[in-house]
Amino acid sequence: MARLTFVGGIHPYDGKNLSKDKPIKAVLPKGDLVYPLSQHIGAPAKPIVEKGDHVLTGQKIAEAGGFVSAPIYATVSGTVKAIEPHRVVTGDSVMSIIVENDGLYEEVEYPVRKPFEDMTKQEIIECVKEAGIVGMGGAGFPTHVKLSPKEPEKIEYVIANCAECEPYLTSDYRRMIEEPEKLVQGLKISLSLFDNARGILAVEDNKPDCIDVLKNLTKNEPRISVKALKTKYPQGAERQLIYAATGRKINSSMLPADAGCIVDNVDTIVAIYHAVVEGKPLMNRIVTVTGDAIADPRNFIVRIGTNYHELIEEAGGFKKDPVKIVSGGPMMGFAIFDLDVPTTKTASALLCLTQDDVSDMEPSACINCGRCVDVCPGRVVPKLLADYAEHYDEEAFLAHDGMECCECGCCSYICPAKRQLTQSIKSMRKMMLAKKKK
Amino acid sequence: MSDLMKVSSNPHIRSKTSTSSIMLAVVIALLPAAGFGIYNFGMNALILILVTVLSTVLTEYIFEKILGKKVTIGDYSAVVTGLLLALNLPPSAPWWIGVIGGIFAILVVKMLFGGLGQNFMNPALGARCFLLISYTSIMTNFDCDAYTGATPLAELKSGKAVDVLSMVIGKTSGTIGETSMIAIVIGACILIMLGIIDLRIPGSYIITFVIFVVLFGGHGLDAAYISAHLAGGGLMLGAFFMATDYVTRPVTIKGQYVYGIILGILTGIFRIFGASAEGVSYAIIIGNLLVPIIEKATFPTAFGKGGAKA
Repeated sequence: MARLTFVGGIHPYDGKNLSKDKPIKAVLPKGDLVYPLSQHIGAPAKPIVEKGDHVLTGQKIAEAGGFVSAPIYATVSGTVKAIEPHRVVTGDSVMSIIVENDGLYEEVEYPVRKPFEDMTKQEIIECVKEAGIVGMGGAGFPTHVKLSPKEPEKIEYVIANCAECEPYLTSDYRRMIEEPEKLVQGLKISLSLFDNARGILAVEDNKPDCIDVLKNLTKNEPRISVKALKTKYPQGAERQLIYAATGRKINSSMLPADAGCIVDNVDTIVAIYHAVVEGKPLMNRIVTVTGDAIADPRNFIVRIGTNYHELIEEAGGFKKDPVKIVSGGPMMGFAIFDLDVPTTKTASALLCLTQDDVSDMEPSACINCGRCVDVCPGRVVPKLLADYAEHYDEEAFLAHDGMECCECGCCSYICPAKRQLTQSIKSMRKMMLAKKKK
Repeated sequence: MSDLMKVSSNPHIRSKTSTSSIMLAVVIALLPAAGFGIYNFGMNALILILVTVLSTVLTEYIFEKILGKKVTIGDYSAVVTGLLLALNLPPSAPWWIGVIGGIFAILVVKMLFGGLGQNFMNPALGARCFLLISYTSIMTNFDCDAYTGATPLAELKSGKAVDVLSMVIGKTSGTIGETSMIAIVIGACILIMLGIIDLRIPGSYIITFVIFVVLFGGHGLDAAYISAHLAGGGLMLGAFFMATDYVTRPVTIKGQYVYGIILGILTGIFRIFGASAEGVSYAIIIGNLLVPIIEKATFPTAFGKGGAKA
C-alpha cells in the first residue's frame, strides 16, 4: 500500500535533531507574567480580577467573552500589577493582565472529578470549556466549540494530529515519548463524546519510536488505531491530515466536521486529559527553544504568560548572535523583533536563527518553472495567484481559487526565483476576508 | 537585548535551488551534446558555439545597460539560450549567423517582451526559425568537412535506407547539437536526476510521436524506421531541452501532458506530411503559442473543491 499522504509538499531541512532527545524540563518563571486576553480565535476574554488583587496558581482571571472564546487562568501566585496593552508575538498590542509573581506558587484546590466514563457528554464539554482549552497547534480555536458540532452522531473520526511536520519542532514528539498515556486517555475522552467515531493517532513516519509506543498502548483499544503518515511538510495541516488519514477532502469553506472528522493537536488532547481527569485548567504547554543561535536547544514545559527572555536564558542563552527569531516553526511561525513577549497557549516553539534566508535572497523574475504548482498542497497555481495579488486583481484571485490557499509556505520555500509568493497571497487573502466581514 | 531582529512574513526558510543554479545545470547538461558536436564537426562548430553564446550574453548586457535596468546575465539564462541556438545551427554556417541569431533571440524574442519569464516563445527556437526563413540556403546546407549530402532524416523521407546505429551515436550530418541521441540523453538524465525537468512533456511528446509514426508513417511497426525517426533530426534535443523550457511550456500539470501530446502530433504531421523532413522547431513554436489556451483549459481543481459539501 502506498504510504498515507497528500499530493504536493516539500522536504525542508528539519533541524529536529537539535532538540529531539532533550527531555522536557520545567521552567519556573521569575519575572512578571503577561496574559493577553486574546490567545484564541473568537471574542477576547473578559478580566474578572482588578489591579492589586491577589491571585493563586490555577485561579481564573478572565472569563470567556462569548461562546467562541476561552477563559484564562493565572499560572503563578502573586498580585495583579496592571491590566494594560502588551505586545504579543504577532507584533500587535493586546490588552493583557499582568501578574507579579510572588515565587510561592500557591495553588487553588482543583475540583475532584469522577471517572470520565461516568460523566455525561455535556459535563465533559463543560470541563473542557471551563479549562480554557484552545487548539494548541497554532490556530487557537476554542476546543469546546470543536467538540460540539451540530450533529455529533455524524462524526466518524477523531484524529489526534501527531504529525508535527514543521521543521525544528519537537514539543509534540517529547510529549508522545514521555506522556503517551495522557494522550491516549485524552483521545478516549474525546471519543466518548462521539458514539460513532473511531480514534486515529496520525504520526509522521520519522517518529517510529512514537508509533511503536502508541501502538503498544492502544493494542487493546478497539476504537483507536495508529496511522503512520509519510514525512512531508505540511502533513500536519488539517486538510492534508484528514485526507491522508481518511481519504476525505474538505475545502477552505468547510469544517473538518463536514467530513465527519474532529482534529486536535497532541498538546490539546493532553490538556483535555488534564481538565477532565485532574480538574486542572490549561496553564502550561511545551515549547521547543531551538535554532543554531541557541546554546542548549531544549524542550520546556512552560507556564503560560512566561516571558520569552526567560526561555532563552533557560536554554543557555545565545551562542551566536541571532538574526531572526521566530515564534513557532520556520514555515508558519511569526518573526518577532523583540523578545519581550509572553508565551501564549498557541506558542509551540521559539526558533533563533543566525541566518535569514528571506533577506539574504532577493526576489527575481518568475521563470515559470512550475515548482510552486508541484508542491502546493492546496492544488492551486501560486505563481498566478501571487501575480493577481500583487496587482490587486480581486476577481481573478477569487476565480483561481485564491481563498483555497492554506498559507503553508511551500511555494515561497521552493521558488528558485525567491519570490514572496505565500506572502503576497496571504495579504490578499487577509484583505478579502476583511472585506467579506463588512 | 535591544537590537531589533529581522522580521518578515512566513515562511522563514528557503530552498537552496535558485534560478542561476537551474540555468547552470542546464548549461552543464548541454555540454555532452555540444562536446560531441565539436568532436563531430570540428573547429567551426566550436567557433559558432562561442560566438553565439557571446552574442546572447552581450545583447542582454547591453540592452539592460542602455535601459538602466538591473543586469541579469548572472542568472545564466542567456548562456542557455545561446548554447541552445548554437546547437541548432548547421556546422558550416558562417560566424555572423550566430551573432544575428543571438541578437534576435535575446533582443526581439526575450527582452522586448519583458525579459526572463515573459517571453511567449522559446528564444533559441524563435531565432532559429527567423534564421531559417531569412537565410534559408545557409540554414539548410548541412554540407561540411565531415559530411556531404542530405541529413539522415531527409534521406529517410525520400525513402532511402539509413544507418540507425550511427544516428544514435551521432556520426551523421545535421545541426551541431542534434545528431547524437546518446549525448542528448546523457544530458537529459542529468536534468532529470537533479529534478530540473521531469518526463511529463518529453514522455508524452515522444510516445505520441511514435504512435503517430506507427499509424501514419506508412511503415507500421518497423523498428528501424521508428528508431530512425527518434534518433534523427531535432526530436531528442527538442523534447528534452526545448519543449521543457519552463517559460514557454504550460505550468499546470495536466497541461504539460496535453502540450506534449500536441507537440507529438504536430511533429508527426510536419515530418510525414510536410514538405521538409524536419518539424520539431515549428512544432514547439506553435505549441508555445497554444500554451495560454492549454493552461486555461487545464487549470487545476483546488484541493477539496468540486466535491459535494457533506
